[in-house]
Amino acid sequence: MNVLVDNFAMFREGFVGTVRLTALASLLALVLGTIIAGFRVSPVPALRVFGVTWVTLLRNTPLVLLFFVVTLGLPALGLRGWDEDWLAILALGCYTSAFICEAVRSGINTVPVGQAEAARSVGMTFTQTLGQIVLPQAVRTAIPPVGSLLIALTKNSAIASGFNVTELGSVQKTLNMDAGYNIYVIFFWIALCYLIITFTISGLFRLLENRLAVAR
Amino acid sequence: MTEVVVTKDKDSAPAADALVVLENVNKHFGPLHVLQDIDLTIARGEVVVVIGPSGSGKSTLCRTINRLETIDSGVIRIDGKPLPAEGRDLARLRAEVGMVFQSFNLFAHKTVLQNVALGQVKVRKVPRREAEEKARQLLDRVGVGNQADKYPAQLSGGQQQRVAIARALAMDPKVMLFDEPTSALDPEMINEVLEVMQQLARDGMTMVVVTHEMGFARSAANRVLFMADGRIVEQATPEQFFTAPKSDRAKDFLSKILHH
Repeated sequence: MNVLVDNFAMFREGFVGTVRLTALASLLALVLGTIIAGFRVSPVPALRVFGVTWVTLLRNTPLVLLFFVVTLGLPALGLRGWDEDWLAILALGCYTSAFICEAVRSGINTVPVGQAEAARSVGMTFTQTLGQIVLPQAVRTAIPPVGSLLIALTKNSAIASGFNVTELGSVQKTLNMDAGYNIYVIFFWIALCYLIITFTISGLFRLLENRLAVAR
Repeated sequence: MTEVVVTKDKDSAPAADALVVLENVNKHFGPLHVLQDIDLTIARGEVVVVIGPSGSGKSTLCRTINRLETIDSGVIRIDGKPLPAEGRDLARLRAEVGMVFQSFNLFAHKTVLQNVALGQVKVRKVPRREAEEKARQLLDRVGVGNQADKYPAQLSGGQQQRVAIARALAMDPKVMLFDEPTSALDPEMINEVLEVMQQLARDGMTMVVVTHEMGFARSAANRVLFMADGRIVEQATPEQFFTAPKSDRAKDFLSKILHH
């Protein structure tokens, strides 16, 4: 019990770290994933190739490996001045964007092709057709898988603890090394912190799903 | 079967005022040659009705005119300009070619009013208020003004199709394409859509109508085009076509659909 009280500041810092990492990486993943999904259905072959390459590369790379590439590889290639936090957000966001892309694309595929044909027939460009007509209708189908992906992202963020980022995973490691605390109690509190975040995401997405269901 | 009968239509405008021109157009779907050497000139203000058995290529013909279907060879010109390749130019051209689909294809997540206003706002950059005002006028004109704030799914098929016509008209198109506009409708709703189309024809709109409604062809068309196996087999005035079809294919087709 007193592991939480004794180290409340550390827990709080870790919790905030994980929330921050999750929120920013989610934002990056959602934006990038949607854009890449647009690339994958675009009439321009070069963009489609880029989209396929992006998804294949990132989806099939182990996340730890990707963290190494981003935190060690990018600075070696000349990207300097980024601290570990931002590099972790970059790695996590890009990794998840590949999965978000496929979830969004599956949503796009559920929108009847006639919707896009009608939009093109009134003179909308590809971007307008996608943004005004197809994506708003695709979102509804994509919401449940995207919710799952963001929950997975939350838990994946623990990998960042191995790369000098302060978040719940690093709190757990630090406390484990401080002999004297029951290791299972530490796990319990850390797990509870993750649950708070993941349940919030689930709730948010359920709300979104209901909201969009009414809008038809 | 390959006999082609072309009859000069006394009502049709001179060729100099050709609005839609197809020259030697060919298209394949895999091994299927759906459009074979199609030559067709549609004058400004002309109403052309395309009929024929299913699989004859009439829908494909209609969809090539705004490039929803690409063609393998040949030229399509609208108002003197060849159809551009995919991109901004094509989008601009499509705004001038109204299209009405068999399955309506109203934007499901937008209200009826938004459906009619959206193209004006996004494509023509008309201010929203102005666009909505015009949309209301058009909805009144097709008789669904009181449904403006509903979503498409809340309307009957006939109402949805009339909204779709209003949506196309909102762009002030030079020509309207109708791809079997009444084929998905319950019988009692067909007339309300045909009446709107008839009114359009009387107002001088250039129209290409793929349909199975022979009554509409008789009363509204300047010219009937009969297609079979990817070719235009016969074209004539409705009067000539329905009373004295020249090709065997057309005689056979008419005997099947008119004698029920």
